[in-house]
Amino acid sequence: MLEIRNLAKSFGGVKATNDVTFDFPDGSLTAVIGPNGAGKSTFFNLITGALKPDAGQVLLDGVDLAGRSPPEIVRHGIGRAFQVASIFRSLTVEETMLAAVSADQRTSAVLHKRFPLPETRDRAEHVMELLGLAGKRKRTAATLSHGDQKLLDIALALVLEPKVLLLDEPTAGMGPEERWRMIDKVRELWETQKITVVFIEHDMDIVFKIAPKIVVLCYGRILATGTPDEIRNNSAVIDAYLGTEHAGAAA
Amino acid sequence: MTELEARRAETLVPARGATTVWARYRDVLIALIAFAVLASLPLFTGSKALLDFVIRCSAYGLFATSLNLLVGYTGLTSFGHGMFFGLGAYSFGLIMQKLGVPIPIAFVATLAITGVVAAIIGAICVRLKEIYFAFVTLAFQMLIHSTILSWASFTGGDQGLRGGIPRPVFLGVDLSNHVHLYVASCALLILGLLAMRQIAQSPFGYTLRMIRDNAGRASFLGIDVWRAKLTVFVLAALFASMGGMVMALFVSGAYPEFAYWTISGEGIFINMLGGVSTFLGPMVGTVLLLLLNDTVTRFTEYHGIVLGIVILFFALGLRKGLLDFVAEWFAHRREAGEGR
Repeated sequence: MLEIRNLAKSFGGVKATNDVTFDFPDGSLTAVIGPNGAGKSTFFNLITGALKPDAGQVLLDGVDLAGRSPPEIVRHGIGRAFQVASIFRSLTVEETMLAAVSADQRTSAVLHKRFPLPETRDRAEHVMELLGLAGKRKRTAATLSHGDQKLLDIALALVLEPKVLLLDEPTAGMGPEERWRMIDKVRELWETQKITVVFIEHDMDIVFKIAPKIVVLCYGRILATGTPDEIRNNSAVIDAYLGTEHAGAAA
Repeated sequence: MTELEARRAETLVPARGATTVWARYRDVLIALIAFAVLASLPLFTGSKALLDFVIRCSAYGLFATSLNLLVGYTGLTSFGHGMFFGLGAYSFGLIMQKLGVPIPIAFVATLAITGVVAAIIGAICVRLKEIYFAFVTLAFQMLIHSTILSWASFTGGDQGLRGGIPRPVFLGVDLSNHVHLYVASCALLILGLLAMRQIAQSPFGYTLRMIRDNAGRASFLGIDVWRAKLTVFVLAALFASMGGMVMALFVSGAYPEFAYWTISGEGIFINMLGGVSTFLGPMVGTVLLLLLNDTVTRFTEYHGIVLGIVILFFALGLRKGLLDFVAEWFAHRREAGEGR
């Protein structure tokens, strides 16, 4: 279980994350929503070690990871993908996967053997199949389409076999159809891999359709949490974020 | 069978693991052939100038290829890599002059000294990014250079290490014999290249590529970026030091110019000439630069201007090195072939 306890971070006078406490149970799928500048990405950055929190705890299965370095946190089992696909542009899809598995198996500093190590093959292969990248294995990452680059980014996180997977806007910059394909993929991964998935998303239709649980952030605070129905009818959320368009649409 | 199925089948064949083994044997085979060709050169030609040229290529080639491990593979543009070339030449020369130990011991001791110095300097430098890294490495280079100049009682100051470096016979190898020195230089070059090739193609080599492309992402895969950078900084220094030792043996001395920033500049120049996207690019660049240097200085004393124009042509006109072009041309041909 991933437990966030009183997490806080300020930039100058701005409280980007303000006393956030929340539990992500094992195997849950949670959407994080909120207006621009609500502190969603900061929240992810604090959990994954990209930023050091001013206060609070990030407990994964009881171990406090707050303030540790990204490599340490990754090794404890929190993987992430980025809003702008963060990939290795000159490596092929296959090399990317194999190198990531090497990193996870702690053989990334091996000098006396040739890349790739045979024991990295199966996992790399498995994740490429899972995300539909196997047919593009020889393609250089920079030449992939935007959507495939996002998939590769997610594949990078997934190939480490994390307990918790944080996806920062998996559908950012995609067209409407591509969005649904991507989010179906995310849901499929969640269902088949039995991992805890947390994702940031702006498209409310997507969020309300697939997320069993939603967290609404606003000005660094948790404004509301609950099921899609609860969020849709929460007056504070409607005022701050949704407007009236989605209100009562559940009926 | 569709293309996709074909590719899948190709990966499932267990022979796939064997290809990496074959790649290694292929490299060793190429190295052996190259060494055989180089080593048999004295049988066909009595030209001392040609052999001297190859020895200088060995020294500079080791140095430039090691710099490419930093620049091309890791994205660390060091402007001070030449300090390890100078350090190698001076350490080796001083150990031989002052202690009179056998050459292999001086060789290993020099590598050990270089490793320690590189670890200290690297620990400070590799935390820095891009231009800051470049300039702090340059600063350390100048520090070592001025230490050599001012510590005249030990290093000979601006006169360099004079009086020749003693070269006692070891294991039947007499490095004061020109042909022996030549063959030994070739052997060091080939062994050094082979070792660096192995580093570049190892899992660590791919870690370096990941750091070059996206260091932030690499750390989110659990890679300790600082440690990997420091490791390659030290490894590259060792090979640069080897180049310096070959140079010291060749001129039978060591001079402050070996540790001056211009050596680092030449290393960068060589990498730009030959290209950093292929392993052998710097080696091609070395041959080009030395050829250019030797021919141009024969015709004019303003060789700096000519070299400057050439580098401008490569940097602004081509925007890549010679071997980059060849590699791209092959890639295009292959793609065209697949498209048919």
